[in-house]
Amino acid sequence: MADETPKPEELIQIDHRPPKTDWMDVPVNIRKGMYCYASNPKSVEYLGLPNARQWNPLDDDWQLPENWQEIIHEGFKERLEKYRSFRVFMDICVRCGACSDKCHYYIGTGDPKNMPVLRAELLRSVYRNDFTRMGKILGKINGARPMSLDVLKEWWYYLFQCSECRRCSLFCPYGIDTAEITIMGRELLNLLGLNIDWIATPVANCYRTGNHLGIQPHAFKDMLDFFVEDIEEITSVQVDYNINKKGADILFITPSGDVFADPGTYTAMGYLMLFHYLKEKFGLDVTWSTYGSEGGNFGFFTSHETMKRLNSKMYAEAKRLGVKWILGGECGHMWRVINQYMDTMNGPTDFLEVPVSPITGTVFENARSNKMVHIAEFTADLIKHDKLDLDPSRNDHLKVTFHDSCNPARGMGIFDEPRYVIENVCNNFYDMPANTIRENTFCCGSGAGLNAGENMELRLTGGLPRANAVKHVHERHGVNMLACICAIDRAALPPLMEYWVPEVDVTGLHEMVANALIMPGENERSTDLRGEDIPGREIVEEAQEESEVDSEEQADEQ
Amino acid sequence: MNLRYIVPLIAVTLLFLVSYLGAQVSAMQYVLGVVVPYVAILTFVLGFAYRVINWSRSPVPFSIPTTGGQQKSLPWVRHSKFDSPVKGWQIVVRMALEILTFRSLFRNTRMKLNQGGRLSYQLEIFLWVGALAFHYAFLVVLIRHLRFFTDPVPFFVQLVENIDGFFRVEIIYPAFKFGVPGVYLSSFVLLAAVSYLFFRRLFVRQVKYISIASDYFPLFLIFGIALSGILMRYFTKTDVTAAKELTLGLVTFRPTIPEGIGAIFFVHVFLVSILIAYFPFSKLMHLGGVFLSPTRNMPTDTRARRHVNPWNYPVPVHTYDEYEDEFREKMVEVGLPVEKMPEPAAAEEPEQAEEKE
Repeated sequence: MADETPKPEELIQIDHRPPKTDWMDVPVNIRKGMYCYASNPKSVEYLGLPNARQWNPLDDDWQLPENWQEIIHEGFKERLEKYRSFRVFMDICVRCGACSDKCHYYIGTGDPKNMPVLRAELLRSVYRNDFTRMGKILGKINGARPMSLDVLKEWWYYLFQCSECRRCSLFCPYGIDTAEITIMGRELLNLLGLNIDWIATPVANCYRTGNHLGIQPHAFKDMLDFFVEDIEEITSVQVDYNINKKGADILFITPSGDVFADPGTYTAMGYLMLFHYLKEKFGLDVTWSTYGSEGGNFGFFTSHETMKRLNSKMYAEAKRLGVKWILGGECGHMWRVINQYMDTMNGPTDFLEVPVSPITGTVFENARSNKMVHIAEFTADLIKHDKLDLDPSRNDHLKVTFHDSCNPARGMGIFDEPRYVIENVCNNFYDMPANTIRENTFCCGSGAGLNAGENMELRLTGGLPRANAVKHVHERHGVNMLACICAIDRAALPPLMEYWVPEVDVTGLHEMVANALIMPGENERSTDLRGEDIPGREIVEEAQEESEVDSEEQADEQ
Repeated sequence: MNLRYIVPLIAVTLLFLVSYLGAQVSAMQYVLGVVVPYVAILTFVLGFAYRVINWSRSPVPFSIPTTGGQQKSLPWVRHSKFDSPVKGWQIVVRMALEILTFRSLFRNTRMKLNQGGRLSYQLEIFLWVGALAFHYAFLVVLIRHLRFFTDPVPFFVQLVENIDGFFRVEIIYPAFKFGVPGVYLSSFVLLAAVSYLFFRRLFVRQVKYISIASDYFPLFLIFGIALSGILMRYFTKTDVTAAKELTLGLVTFRPTIPEGIGAIFFVHVFLVSILIAYFPFSKLMHLGGVFLSPTRNMPTDTRARRHVNPWNYPVPVHTYDEYEDEFREKMVEVGLPVEKMPEPAAAEEPEQAEEKE
């Protein structure tokens, strides 16, 4: 994989001119580096989803059911009847082209079928043929075409090159949301068992073990214990945490990715430290859960139904544990699901209380019904009320910029809370240019289940606009740290930075919070959570070591 | 590829010719001036209603607004009221800005890949200007035309006419007279805007690539309508009184075909009728659809107020009990609390289980 990925100088040669050939006459070319492997039949089967079998996107035969065209047609019809969004979006596009250069995948690849309008036309062309008279009569010159195996393959290829980031929907004069169209398209593909494994297997894992990574309860606890040891090493404080505790005040749910891999793990350590601090100082009782050990929801990238199946655990676990409300960690699509779907799907939640911060007394009115608060809101409120002892100078070696993750940006509107937190835990913060942040933010290039290894070229090209903006602030202000509030970002951005802007590292918000947080009874810290020296606070021994190294080097030279 | 605009061009040209030739025959004048407009209006009303009802029949299962600004959260965080509206009036403002000023289109930028691989996104205002010019010119023209369907003419029509005719352009030579009667700006703005929208489709490569016949057809049709209107008013000088006799006859259901109206008038009426009849079956329905777009007309208070999905149905879930059954031993081993103790229990364990109950 790594060897075959083109170099940055090659990948930046992007031709945005569409070919002369009519797009319908350009056959789909499923190219290595751009697609994800097919779903593992075991995962599909575990969830009881249709047409579980071994298949390969590169094969001519996708082993579809005999009546697959009928399944697609009926599925299409059903969704038109169930979702006004889908029906209206199929009908009202005028092809003005305002969305065309708003998609990070189009910017990065120059492939015209990555223009949001054309991605939607992939489905719309079939819609015109199957459901409109005008389409049937005029056919191709009016952008209509019958469903065929080639069309299906084109759907599959390009619907898995959309990260459902909704940037195009912001610029559309009618609010047509390509994410919505991709969601419907992927549902239809799933009716034929055409998922990718990077989605199907995490979904099956999450259904069974409570998290995408398939971490079983005992292992999950081991991982948290491991963090506790690390934290003790760095701060000399042994943090205390609850897990599956009945009667706790708050249930905390966050993506399992942060428990599993760097640099997300430092954010997970940050959560543990914050909760320990709040328990020591204010007696707040927060519990983690193993059954609800996943904030993310790859079911969202499969179908509405699968999303609901996975999401149900959050309320079920809150009810079982008898907590007052739920606190959600830093994650992107998790918050789209929580903010716009959860209460509708799995509510109402009369067994929970309207969220109130017991420390500040703040009532989270904006979460009055669904009873779930974003940790950036929670922490911002704590800081505002001066409840955290912070030493932002511990983060002085960082020059930080902030990546608004697509879903919390355009599916929630959380912009100022994380910025407020950042500005209080570090002293050097520089936003990227206005066209690339907040509601205009660019995707990391790996959202909506596309952060696999085999599609690295897609991820690097899709992430180009983001990387480009980071590079801008890196060159102008010396930015060396990219903060984000999304676990997929924390997995996806490091390789993206490594490729385009190697001088910049990636962090979560609460890693920075914890680095600045002065814990009761802690020793003066010499390193941050990563175990790296905080410049100017190295302990003396190291200075000696350094001089030893120096003398050794001198000796070598001689 | 070319067929995508050549076919609509031929179609509109044919419509033009057919109506022009038809107008020479007096029997056909009745068809063009009375039958076709009635059929067109009926098609428009029924078709439009059908489409809107059809859309409304599909429910909105989830509240999926695109949040274009700061959510309403903590009291000290400045809420972006019109980009993340929560209250009814805030949504009304968002929608009004969208529908009256094309706000989302105003955001438009153009991406450019510069030397050294640097991306830039510049404000691109022309599409917004062109679209606004087109729609408002069209609206003014529509309002002005109410003169032909009302007697007496309402004051606001008069007002719009006065404003629209503010710039007096008069060229008077014995051989060539232009500007008498007064020139209406809107006609020419409309013609210019339609031309811009057309040439944009032709010359911006990405836009050309995505355009289909039904994108070109209304442009040609509107071009033909504006052109025939301008011809009538400024060049062939159609008898306005006779024209109004016909149009008033239509609205009062006493249709007549007065003498000496001129063929271009029938062309004009015919093309307008085609546009009206075509409207409900085309992308022009964005006029109705924009009001129903769930990413714009929904409140962004989805956590504060529960949105109800009318077809929400129970789904298979993996319950905690099933989960614990699978992992109970492992959980107990590391000291995780469980609901039920494992079966081969040691002496003291059942007591604990009871306590938990």
